[in-house]
Amino acid sequence: MRKGLILRGLLVALLVALVLRPELFTPLFAPFAPNGGPVIYQRTSLLSLSLSHLGLVAVASGLATVVAVSLAILVTRPAGAAFRPLSRTITNIGQTFPPVAVLALTVPVFGFGSGPTLVALFLYGLLPVFENAMTGFGTLPPRTMEAARGMGLTRWQQLWQVELPLAAPVILTGIRLSVVISLGTATIGSTVAAATLGEVIIAGLLTDNTAYVLQGGLIVGIFAVLLYDALVLVERALARRMGRVQQAA
Amino acid sequence: MLPFGVIRENRIVLGEDVALWAMAPPWAVSVTLAAVVAGLAMGLVRSRQWLRFAGSLVGVGGIVLTLTIGARALLADAGELARVSPAIGFWLLLLALLLLMADALSAMRPGPGARFAILVGLLGAFGALLGSGALMDLSVMQEYAGRAASFWTAAQRHVALAIGSLAAAALVGFPLGILCHRRAKARGAVLPVLSLLQTIPSLAMFGLMIPILSWVGASVPGARAIGIAGIGFAPAFLALFLYSLLPVVSNTVAGLGTLPPATLEAATGMGMTTRQRLMRVELPLALPVILAAIRIVLVQNIGLAVIAGLIGGGGFGTFVFQGLNQTATDLILLGALPTVLMAIVAGVLMDICVDLTRRAPKGAAP
Repeated sequence: MRKGLILRGLLVALLVALVLRPELFTPLFAPFAPNGGPVIYQRTSLLSLSLSHLGLVAVASGLATVVAVSLAILVTRPAGAAFRPLSRTITNIGQTFPPVAVLALTVPVFGFGSGPTLVALFLYGLLPVFENAMTGFGTLPPRTMEAARGMGLTRWQQLWQVELPLAAPVILTGIRLSVVISLGTATIGSTVAAATLGEVIIAGLLTDNTAYVLQGGLIVGIFAVLLYDALVLVERALARRMGRVQQAA
Repeated sequence: MLPFGVIRENRIVLGEDVALWAMAPPWAVSVTLAAVVAGLAMGLVRSRQWLRFAGSLVGVGGIVLTLTIGARALLADAGELARVSPAIGFWLLLLALLLLMADALSAMRPGPGARFAILVGLLGAFGALLGSGALMDLSVMQEYAGRAASFWTAAQRHVALAIGSLAAAALVGFPLGILCHRRAKARGAVLPVLSLLQTIPSLAMFGLMIPILSWVGASVPGARAIGIAGIGFAPAFLALFLYSLLPVVSNTVAGLGTLPPATLEAATGMGMTTRQRLMRVELPLALPVILAAIRIVLVQNIGLAVIAGLIGGGGFGTFVFQGLNQTATDLILLGALPTVLMAIVAGVLMDICVDLTRRAPKGAAP
């Protein structure tokens, strides 16, 4: 546990340094830059790129979560059961559509910028959350549900106080998958001028500057590892609490 | 009402929206409207799935009719360079009808054979429509006509990238997965490395392969002769290969790990050697899980192969990124639409394979 804590601290420190003081890493990246070329990306501040990158992912994943969970709630009620196959089909198609194709196809509608990226990330993020929410709602312990009904909870109370909290850890696993995929995929958004860390990588591709590619890739990669790790911790904490709730019931 | 089509003076300028009723002569528009309304109405019949399926076909036929007749009529009165393309109204109607089709089909639960027949039938109808030349007046098809040869080269390259890298990943991944299943130590060493590879954003992965491969091409004798160089096919192939490795390995491990111990004991009790047990019992039983992973990787690879266009690796991405640079929507569509079609067809085909393997062991069991 202690080892993990030190490792996490080091990663966070590395990330902060990479974003705020990239010039410290000049000697590290210099061998990868073309002779005499710039080593550190300076056209836009890495901080603002990181923030807008994370912002895009947060908005897209947030929307995908709200829509996917609401959809899952709707189709697991008796009244909405008829729509279950249709919503499966829709989220499946969202995942089958290649994100780059979604970007390209939505540019004529939303123009260059962050609009197409949001749509692509949203569609791509729906399926993992939806599938996990369906699993979460589908595997609730029947005895707990009976107890909730027996206590005289209304449908609404059952949903808010029993079903959602119990399904939360499984749903969170879906959100984690969706967020980590989105973090990497958002870089592609910079091909249509969204402000993400992909800008650094693309600048590197266009000018044959591997230092830029490494710099952008490293920052996104560390963000992904740290977010993945943090969400796993939250999941574990939630699962532990739910375990206690189950015991009490 | 949303515009049904767009007419533009040439391929770059902003277009003028055309509503459905202005698109084609009144008889064609009324046939289309009748078809769409009838199709959607048939779609509402919840109990008869084949009727809903037929309804979606009628509707699609209707909107394609106005599109083809309308494109010809609009172009007849316009300049030499004018172009007509479908607009948001057409796409939304098409999307709604295709969703209806998919929903009806999934509710019909056709067996693998029937699904394959439907897929071939739909693709055949689409191919015949393209081949008949009825769509040649649309801007995307004009874009295609201008570069038919490079389109098919790109298609071949795209398939080679997506499927070739997956085949390579399977060749390496299966043995690696079996090794990881047997040796906990190997699992602890291999899986974290592969997961780490997965956190590298795809764009950076493609970028990082360039210097690595140009170094290999420059320093390993003979590497250049077989086409290994910093840009082009090789780095794109390698990037896709590395991405495919984790799902293949981890699902092989997962598939082998969930087999019922009683079955394995029975196999050993029958006197099978480890090798026989692996080939005749474990792999066949784990096949559905492994194929499910291959489905995900294949669809993902078809999408990611578009990025190869950014580093000169060819494929449909070439058109997409050229189109984005020139803000030529038709060129973007020429790259993006076939990619989407390819991804969907690959997904359906792989689902059929998964079903086939799932069914077989069940039938064989007593």
